Amino acid sequence: MIQTRGERTFTVFSAVVMILLTVFAFLPFLLIVIASFTNETTLIRNGYSFFPEHLSLDAYRYIKSSAYIFIRAYGVSFLVTILGTAIGLLITSMLAYPMSRSDFKYHNTLAFVVFFTMLFSGGVVPSYIMWTQYFHIKNTLWALILPNLLANGFNVLLVRNYFKNNVPLEIIEAAQIDGASELRTFFRIMLPLSMPVMATVGMFMGLAYWNDWINALYFVSKPQLYGIQNLLMQLMSNIQFLNSGQAGNVLGADTVSLPSTAVRMAMAVLGIVPVLFVLPFMQKYLTRGVVIGAVKG
Amino acid sequence: MTARRKSPSKPLKKTLPLLILAGPGLLYFLINSYFPMFGVFIAFKDVNYAKGIFGSDWIGFKNFTFLFQTSDAWIMTRNTLLYNLAFIALGTVVSIIIAILMSELLNKLYSKLFMTGLILPNLISMIVLSLLVFAFLNADSGFVNHSILLPLGIPEINWYSEAKYWPYLLVLIQIWKTAGYGSIVYFASIAGIDKSIYESAKIDGAGKLKQIRMITLPLLKPTIIVLVLMSMGRIFNSDFGLFYQVPMNSGALYSTTQTIDTYVYRALMQLNDIGMSAAAGLYQSLVGFALVLTVNAIVKKVNPENALF
Repeated sequence: MIQTRGERTFTVFSAVVMILLTVFAFLPFLLIVIASFTNETTLIRNGYSFFPEHLSLDAYRYIKSSAYIFIRAYGVSFLVTILGTAIGLLITSMLAYPMSRSDFKYHNTLAFVVFFTMLFSGGVVPSYIMWTQYFHIKNTLWALILPNLLANGFNVLLVRNYFKNNVPLEIIEAAQIDGASELRTFFRIMLPLSMPVMATVGMFMGLAYWNDWINALYFVSKPQLYGIQNLLMQLMSNIQFLNSGQAGNVLGADTVSLPSTAVRMAMAVLGIVPVLFVLPFMQKYLTRGVVIGAVKG
Repeated sequence: MTARRKSPSKPLKKTLPLLILAGPGLLYFLINSYFPMFGVFIAFKDVNYAKGIFGSDWIGFKNFTFLFQTSDAWIMTRNTLLYNLAFIALGTVVSIIIAILMSELLNKLYSKLFMTGLILPNLISMIVLSLLVFAFLNADSGFVNHSILLPLGIPEINWYSEAKYWPYLLVLIQIWKTAGYGSIVYFASIAGIDKSIYESAKIDGAGKLKQIRMITLPLLKPTIIVLVLMSMGRIFNSDFGLFYQVPMNSGALYSTTQTIDTYVYRALMQLNDIGMSAAAGLYQSLVGFALVLTVNAIVKKVNPENALF
């Protein structure tokens, strides 16, 4: 490809600006990673810095020493993420399937029922009262799973569109002529042919569960049920939390020199790590997924 | 085939399995989304748990009258609207710039690398984000005070108690978090533009900037209009985490950080004022609903293809 000088200049300019922007997006992460490896005294005296005077592993040692709390929080987060995503994905696709079948009498009715939830809601207060007064989910694991299960009607429509556009009705009819039931058609034909959208939507759901902290804010007051985000939040508002009886007595007496600031940052790093594993997949599916979804819902 | 499709011989036998499949999802939406819609009457009640929600006394529009008599109502409405306008305007501009620059990079590996870096901020939770912000802004050891202002001889700023800085901070933080992700749609639209248009413009002697002005931007216009209008429909909603957790729920900052969403939370959970909270929530839902309908009508006029319904 032949480029004029002006074009070459522009390409170089683009590259430089993009590098700067990416660095800008990345620096805050670098700062907290470095802070988590910084000696606590240095951190207090010199402040957060990209080039700390003294490095130390104290924060991570501290986390290891009170591993019980962190492992429990990680466990809650993973459990909620896996359960929520699995159940959410299953009922999302089960609902999207009849909606995608243009030969199904009620497919438009279903679509409207889902779509209307995106337009109007009763608001936080009625939901809060319903979940706490009638379903009694306060301080149970369900509080972290149920309110978010299909929180986003958008996902259902995304899956519906994929089913509709990528699996022709003829395939389904052929399967059913061969004697497959609807259930069998759905699980054996529709789902296997739709793995890309299941991966995309599953990723969205998983991220939403992993990053969720608002449900616990409303419904959970027992620290045993805190996931990693709420533990972080608690740590942030009150570092003394770890010392308090609430968090359990596992910490014992050896918490005299609490590396508080660095520990917060180390926790943040641990909260991001699982997200980093999702990133490459995200990158792979995103352009397609977002465009299918955002421009035409 | 078509003839067969048009004559459903056994309707129930055909529809029942599909209804069963849809069942769990439908039930969920019924419970989680539709039941609370009927709960809007709470805004018109003087809620008293002893009497039960249904047994509480009706008080008409009193909750609303009280709400709109406070200065809170004005502040939270103003904040919600102005922040959203700033997010939409700046967010759109920055996203488009990123998309154009990224599409310029001929090397696919690099553009993938940049994209990965730029969407990372969008994937972290508000809690982690608030920690990042804390690392920069905390008064004693924060990066800004300690490593930027101090060496420059500027007095340290107590960020978490100075309301006047937060409009700029929150806009910057929001753009940092969302612009990379937002640019993906524009990037994909640019990638879809026919390359031969650029080729012929080049032959006519158009430079890069002129190509962007005369080809890229006009072709992006429909996408831009639709996305902007759609965010207009959500202009009464705000990201609870951004306005609650990132400023650390600091009371000194409420004048510039209170939005309708944070008000609803505080009135319900911290002040225990269920009536006022429900009234604010209903106010938000109703205005939001009206906005979505209006915006959809406009989108339909502009480009029927892109209307939501």
